[in-house]
Amino acid sequence: MLRAPLVVEFPFTRSLGPVQSAFLTGLRERTVLGVRTTDGKVLVPPVEYDPATADELRDLVEVAPTGTVTTWAWNPGPRRGQPLTKPFAWVLVRLDGADTALLHALDVPGPDAVRTGTRVRIRWAATRTGAITDIACFERDQSSSGVTGRHARPHSGRFAAQEGPVTGIVAQARLDYTYSPGRAQSQYIRALAGHRTVGERCPDCRKVYVPPRGACPTCGVATTEQVEVGPRGTVTTFCIVNIKARNAGNAAIDVPYVYAHIALDSADLALHARIAGIPYDQVRMGLRVEPVWSDDARFPDHYRPTGEPDADYDTYKELL
Amino acid sequence: MNRDVAIVAFGQTDHLRRSDELSEVEMLMPVLHEVLAATGLRTGDIGFTCSGSSDYLAGRAFSFTMALDGVGAWPPISESHVETDGAWALYEAWVKLQTGDADTALVYAYGKSSPGSVRDVLTRQLDPYYLAPLWPDSVALAALQAQALIDAGATDEQDLAAVAARSRDAAAGNPHAQLRGPVPHGDYLVRPLRTGDCPPIGDGAAAVVLAAGERAGELCGRPAWIRGIDHRIEAHGLGVRDLTDSPSTRLAAERAGAFARPVDTAELHAPFTAQEVVLRGALRLGDDVTVNPSGGALAANPVMAAGLIRLGEAAARIHRGASDRALAHATSGPCLQQNLVAVLEGDPR
Repeated sequence: MLRAPLVVEFPFTRSLGPVQSAFLTGLRERTVLGVRTTDGKVLVPPVEYDPATADELRDLVEVAPTGTVTTWAWNPGPRRGQPLTKPFAWVLVRLDGADTALLHALDVPGPDAVRTGTRVRIRWAATRTGAITDIACFERDQSSSGVTGRHARPHSGRFAAQEGPVTGIVAQARLDYTYSPGRAQSQYIRALAGHRTVGERCPDCRKVYVPPRGACPTCGVATTEQVEVGPRGTVTTFCIVNIKARNAGNAAIDVPYVYAHIALDSADLALHARIAGIPYDQVRMGLRVEPVWSDDARFPDHYRPTGEPDADYDTYKELL
Repeated sequence: MNRDVAIVAFGQTDHLRRSDELSEVEMLMPVLHEVLAATGLRTGDIGFTCSGSSDYLAGRAFSFTMALDGVGAWPPISESHVETDGAWALYEAWVKLQTGDADTALVYAYGKSSPGSVRDVLTRQLDPYYLAPLWPDSVALAALQAQALIDAGATDEQDLAAVAARSRDAAAGNPHAQLRGPVPHGDYLVRPLRTGDCPPIGDGAAAVVLAAGERAGELCGRPAWIRGIDHRIEAHGLGVRDLTDSPSTRLAAERAGAFARPVDTAELHAPFTAQEVVLRGALRLGDDVTVNPSGGALAANPVMAAGLIRLGEAAARIHRGASDRALAHATSGPCLQQNLVAVLEGDPR
């Protein structure tokens, strides 16, 4: 089976509302803010609407950087992106003054050093930007006691810092995959390596699909009979590209150029490719073309005119 | 007044650790053909088609449009998709049948977890401000819930191991399951959860056909009538919720009429052992109820299909006369955040 690594990365730029902005600005300034609900509960981390009543919440309070573990889980194998690179405990921590718990990591030597009820305090990150990761992790706290713990105090949500409030975050996400294209597309790709284009015929409607995806989208049945198509084909429709694409693979291609739908001979579905070897303003529907392979490529670099007479419209009108 | 709607056919793939030789549509198509063949319906006869899947699993954008190739969506069909478990696609189809716009529906779901790392992929469904930047994986969050349950005295590690063993024992009779028969309980993955407390990672697909009124009796010898179905959601923040309980499951069950009369069977979507303990409590299931005779998600967990499979397995037991009244449950989100409950019944024998 064919396989290839596939990385999907997407940085989301997200804006913050007034409560999240105050909370993340507070973390940057080593202060933990919560929000008070209409029935007097203090939510940390704070949200902008009451999870129970949906009331808008704006009544900010400051809670302590110390708290109590409400549940925990020992993580012997930290994964990419997690707060610590050595084994640690995941914890939900109810900070002193709060009624709800915050998820984070606890830096302790082993699972015997943490229990539900363990007293902990925030270890601040050395560099803080206004993100939940401004809390580097929690660590054990022998000096404080929840019994005499502080109560939440009102807070304006404003800080004197020169940088001003945090108004947004950039959430980085990266996921790694091993892509395998399945039976039909693997055979298609293999054939391309030998400079052949292979489609599959539907057993019901007899249409030949290229590239094949393993099913006839009209009949909903598996396609298995392989059919070599082309190499020549007919331009069914096209467009003229006037803006240079940004990716490096297109650096050598000058604009304007023509991108076309091409019905390969014996195929019942047009595929698309670039047309070259002819001035862009002379490309037309019905133009007969053939693939041009570069030595190491696994697909045709482009298609060029064969010099044959143009195809009659009736021969390709169903493939537009 | 609700229309009577029944599950009249169910099919599923064998659930496997990897399926590199199959694209999504290649994996899905055989189960679509299976349920259509079971009812004698063709694509053109189906009034509404609805699917559940997530592109994040395999990293293939718009994979659900490719999967439609397996349905044969020409001439154009009435179709919809949910980016969650297929149980919610079934709910949408049930609503569509209630409107009277359709008399039959095809519902399917598929998930290929093998191309990626599902523990990491599922972190991307979390709150992007406070949770996702910490990359708390699905096992870690389930472990926090399990520890809370142990601290509350509701279970212990031995009980959890027994849930795992009973599930895989039951799966010995399920040819589609991925883990069948005895499985070592293993080391801690994230303590207190051991590998045995966690679901297998794998690929699979499932499909059901729904039919309304008399149509159901024409298509199936003993339809599994949906007597009630409801879904409820809780707050996303884990620290706001009581992780030892599932009030959303209980409310959905109440609204579905689950507590009106006892059920003989329950198919629970509990990917982690501790979650079965939470669900049994929320649903007040007694020892006389057969729970997860299929082996449940601990025996096969094709993400996005595993909840639909619970509905299908419960229905299939009614079809073959092994159950008269069954509860089916599906979940979505971290630590049982969102829950769907359906009550299925067969006509008196």
